[in-house]
Amino acid sequence: MVFQYYPGCTLKTRAKELDRKARLCAEALGVQLEEIKDWQCCGGCYPVAKDEIATKLSAVRAMMAAKDAGTPVVTVCSACHNVLKRTNHDMQTDEVIRDRVNRYLKPDVPYAGEGEVLHFLEMLRDKVGFDTIREKVKNPLTGRKIGAYYGCLLLRPGKVMAFDDPENPSIMEDFITALGAEAVRYPYRNECCGAYLALEDQAITKKKSSAVLHSAKCAGAQEVITACPLCLYNLQKCGDDLPVVYFTELLFEALGLE
Amino acid sequence: MEQKNLKEEILRISGVNPRKCMKCGKCSGTCPSYEEMDFHPHQFVYMVESGDIEPLMASGSLYRCLTCFACVERCPRQVEPAKLIEAVRLTVIRQQGQNHLKPDQLPGMLDEDMPQQALVSAMRKFAK
Ligand code: SF4
Ligand code: SF4
Repeated sequence: MVFQYYPGCTLKTRAKELDRKARLCAEALGVQLEEIKDWQCCGGCYPVAKDEIATKLSAVRAMMAAKDAGTPVVTVCSACHNVLKRTNHDMQTDEVIRDRVNRYLKPDVPYAGEGEVLHFLEMLRDKVGFDTIREKVKNPLTGRKIGAYYGCLLLRPGKVMAFDDPENPSIMEDFITALGAEAVRYPYRNECCGAYLALEDQAITKKKSSAVLHSAKCAGAQEVITACPLCLYNLQKCGDDLPVVYFTELLFEALGLE
Repeated sequence: MEQKNLKEEILRISGVNPRKCMKCGKCSGTCPSYEEMDFHPHQFVYMVESGDIEPLMASGSLYRCLTCFACVERCPRQVEPAKLIEAVRLTVIRQQGQNHLKPDQLPGMLDEDMPQQALVSAMRKFAK
């Protein structure tokens, strides 16, 4: 299986381990990730306003590369995923945005959202299959109680992201179970960590993130996983001692790649 | 901008129809930044609708929305309050000299673990 790959800026800098382990896990599962040439930063936040065009172009370019290559583009960072998917949805459904973007980029064939973007977790669920992963697990994580933290970006808006049920998701729990561990569901798994307010006011991000970890702990989680570098940062800095790691850490360990 | 034009501009760039709101308050009830805001999501909706926009433009609440989209997901009338807050914020920061965050403030806000994602997101939200 070959997919295009959009790492994004954080996976090239602070989250290098997330990038490295995602690639190694993919390889071990028979997936080849081809990094898109000359990709540009997605901007971290989807530009919500209808008249924002220039800020959507980097995401459109990545999606066009996927269309040209004829394979979906895979993202690991939740933020990149949110920006690419929502921008592509605009290209499919919003005539004005589609027209303006095409006038700006002038591709040989106008782009109308034909490219597909998959989060790494979606790739695991829909392309590789959790059953295949279960078979390839060498070190099952038996006995470990793990809470999945979804946050906002993977799930919302639910109709556009179409990732999972936005209020009662299960993909990360199914992932945890496939690795042999016990998935712990807790009420705050899809509430916000405080996001980019980490720059301006960490009192707020600490309050939001510790509420998430407290909720996970009360439900019996001994560790928490996330797919988002900013969630990881906020959860790790909030003062709670519950360990928080990227989901790829678990996969890497369970596949015996240490 | 004149009040009427301001309202039209905000409705145009947000794509929101505030008249759909039935004032149930669910958006504000679910908002993770509720306690940090002096105007709450449901107030943005009715104040834009009634043209009472200047107090919103002057409010720090614009910079406390996390774009988590909980209010959008959970609104029973598909009003999408977050898009309205975004549009009001843009009408402020698109004016000359009105950026909320300036690049030279950034070095003082960083530590060695801060992901790049936080910087680019905050700059996209708070500066033009
Ligand atoms: S949740 Fe929707 S309908 Fe209810 S007050 Fe908020 S915007 Fe209005
Ligand atoms: S998007 Fe903004 S206003 Fe809406 S719930 Fe989240 S923080 Fe509150």
